[in-house]
Amino acid sequence: MFIIKYRKFFFILSGALTLVALLSLAIFSPWNFGIEFTGGTILEAGFPDGRPDAEELKGKLALLGWHGTMVQATGDDGYIIRTKDLTETERQALIAAVSNNAMTEIEERRFNSIGPTIGSELRSKVLWAMLTVILAIVLYIAFAFRHVSHPISSWVYGLVAIVALVHDVLIPTGVYVALGHYFIDVQIDVLFVTAILTILGFSVHDTIVVFDRTRENLKLRTWKEFDATVGHSIEQTIVRSVNTSFTVLLVILALYFVGGETTKNFALTLAIGIIAGTYSSIFLASPLLVAIEEWQRKREEKHARHRK
Amino acid sequence: MWRKRFIAFILLLMGAGIGYFVYPSEGKTIALFGPLGDRPFKYGLDIEGGTELVYEADTTKIASGELRQTMEALRDVIERRVNLFGVSEPVVQTEEVNTLSGDPRQRLIVELPGVTDIKQAVELIGQTPLLEFKTERPEGEEKTKILEAYTKAQELLKNEEVADELKTAILNSIPLLNEDPNFLPTALNGSKLAKASIVFDSTTNEPKVLLTFTDEGRELFAAITKANVEKRVAIYLDGAVISAPVVREAILDGNAEISGGFNIQEAKELVGRLNSGALPVPISLLSTQTIGASLGEKALTSGVRAGLIGVLLVAVFLIFWYRLPGVVATVALAIYIALMLAVFKLIPVTLTAAGIAGFILSIGMAVDANVLIFERMKEELLKGKDITDAMHDGFERAWLSIRDSNVSSIISAVILFWFGTSLVKGFALTLGLGVLVSMFSAISITRMFLYALGTRGHSRLVKFLFSSGIK
Repeated sequence: MFIIKYRKFFFILSGALTLVALLSLAIFSPWNFGIEFTGGTILEAGFPDGRPDAEELKGKLALLGWHGTMVQATGDDGYIIRTKDLTETERQALIAAVSNNAMTEIEERRFNSIGPTIGSELRSKVLWAMLTVILAIVLYIAFAFRHVSHPISSWVYGLVAIVALVHDVLIPTGVYVALGHYFIDVQIDVLFVTAILTILGFSVHDTIVVFDRTRENLKLRTWKEFDATVGHSIEQTIVRSVNTSFTVLLVILALYFVGGETTKNFALTLAIGIIAGTYSSIFLASPLLVAIEEWQRKREEKHARHRK
Repeated sequence: MWRKRFIAFILLLMGAGIGYFVYPSEGKTIALFGPLGDRPFKYGLDIEGGTELVYEADTTKIASGELRQTMEALRDVIERRVNLFGVSEPVVQTEEVNTLSGDPRQRLIVELPGVTDIKQAVELIGQTPLLEFKTERPEGEEKTKILEAYTKAQELLKNEEVADELKTAILNSIPLLNEDPNFLPTALNGSKLAKASIVFDSTTNEPKVLLTFTDEGRELFAAITKANVEKRVAIYLDGAVISAPVVREAILDGNAEISGGFNIQEAKELVGRLNSGALPVPISLLSTQTIGASLGEKALTSGVRAGLIGVLLVAVFLIFWYRLPGVVATVALAIYIALMLAVFKLIPVTLTAAGIAGFILSIGMAVDANVLIFERMKEELLKGKDITDAMHDGFERAWLSIRDSNVSSIISAVILFWFGTSLVKGFALTLGLGVLVSMFSAISITRMFLYALGTRGHSRLVKFLFSSGIK
């Protein structure tokens, strides 16, 4: 199986992609967090009689003296304005500034104002959710594979699934953070977190299917060598992996192109994550099993020689 | 064989029935389904348009045993207020938020579908009066300390060398400043008020406000007045003293009078506010969210369109790649969608943009079980088994993979639901339900149909129908 044979090449490729993602996370910091996490206000206003010039609007908003106010055009006739979190009086001041003291007709399409406490709570919640999901999955895999602890322990399957998962999550996050540097509405918001959590689930789902075949083949003892067993397992499941990802991608692409603005970034993140997830379940996770088994075997042989 | 065909036929009929229930029942009642016939989809605020306000309740002065009761009283008061506003189906709920450090915080979430005027909504709720009764703080060390803290705070405020932000930070860090030097809080508050009315003083003709307590309030008030004869009991409205009369004797009839030097107009307004409910604890606004209906409608129509196109693409792919089993899988997928939509109506699940995305995603995942089964079937066919055996083994061998991968998805969905905010919850719920329902539709329904077809033999046509790919 060429994937097992050339596994070093795929390890390097995965490593390089992960490294680029990490670099992107470092270069484009501070990341573009949504107001759910930082606290702040988002106002989406439509101007039915044509929107004013962006510079003119920015000038008016500058008079309010709030720092960090940002303006971006949206659709044909609207602006998204992002600023600090506002009290009711401040909100009215903002509306007055945008609508030119009610001289221009505006349509308040969306207004979100979130205080800083909710933001920090959400951050810790999300972190806990992710860690719990990861822990629960390692435990489940170790349990489901408990009957195949030879030649490698069932914990290794769980841990390798987590390595693949980290790879699958880092790559879309890196791309997203880079995009967020250039577009203010590409934000790390609750929907992004949802997408990442979905990728988490999908990545494991995909990895497990391949591992499952390895488990079955190990039980049947069709092939003597571990690397051959894993190689054939990949071969037997590769069409399924590609087809499943393809159907999920079809749906996500539909969501991206016709699913509306709210879920566009969500669909993009998912698409990248699912491609990464399919790649890693075939080219990273199973070959890693082989590498670990080989490393373990060599170490044991060395020990055996020492004992002699 | 005929029995299987009969069951498959019934399944098809049921699928169509559910589809009929889901689709045309939208907006009108279907007599056939009885009380279930009148179940429209429930949409979240992000689709329907509306306002969500999140308040934090300051419960620091409430004993932990009474916390729950107080929050319920708070919810009832706000609910009554919101109903006055004439909002259809408002949602007022309390939430306890556990923080990693310190005590849990008490939140009140108010959802007002269709209301997009935040100012009006905030004012409406903000007008709810906060009524508290307090007793005199005895002279002693504690009182002196609080008074000292106040003096120091005043000196600090006068000091012009200190920046304003620093001043606020310092003042916030002194807990004593939250205490009233003269009065102590009691358990008697706005939630124990039965009604308020205007009375006139018999000698001065000055208008006064008469408070009548509930049974519980009457007992509390009796106990408070008994313990404080010849002392003052202060009545606080919205955090400020409006009257602090000296108690002459214990008041047992559950009535209290406020003579705050009102004119008749002020007294009338206060009575009106108190009668629509008084807050038991102070609340502060943490976040507001409004979505205009036009934006939400767009999200819904485009979400539905994306779903339809997605399903169509998946069906084309399935039929092209897996041929006859692909057709069966497509039928199973249609039944899956009808089932899910029916579940959304019956539970009911509040559909948000994220929830719809979760559902659309679950369509992709529902197909996975079929892909696993068909790939396995094909392998068994290649080994030279006949179609019936291949089908049988295909289902059996694929089961373990389906189980393990779906269990991991369910684990994620449950944890997301548990931890998530409302947006994530909606997503986790539809995804989790989707995985569960798809395990039934993709396995049981597909199997039933494939067996019912009763394909046999080794003719070229049969082989063509059951192979896959571009060959």
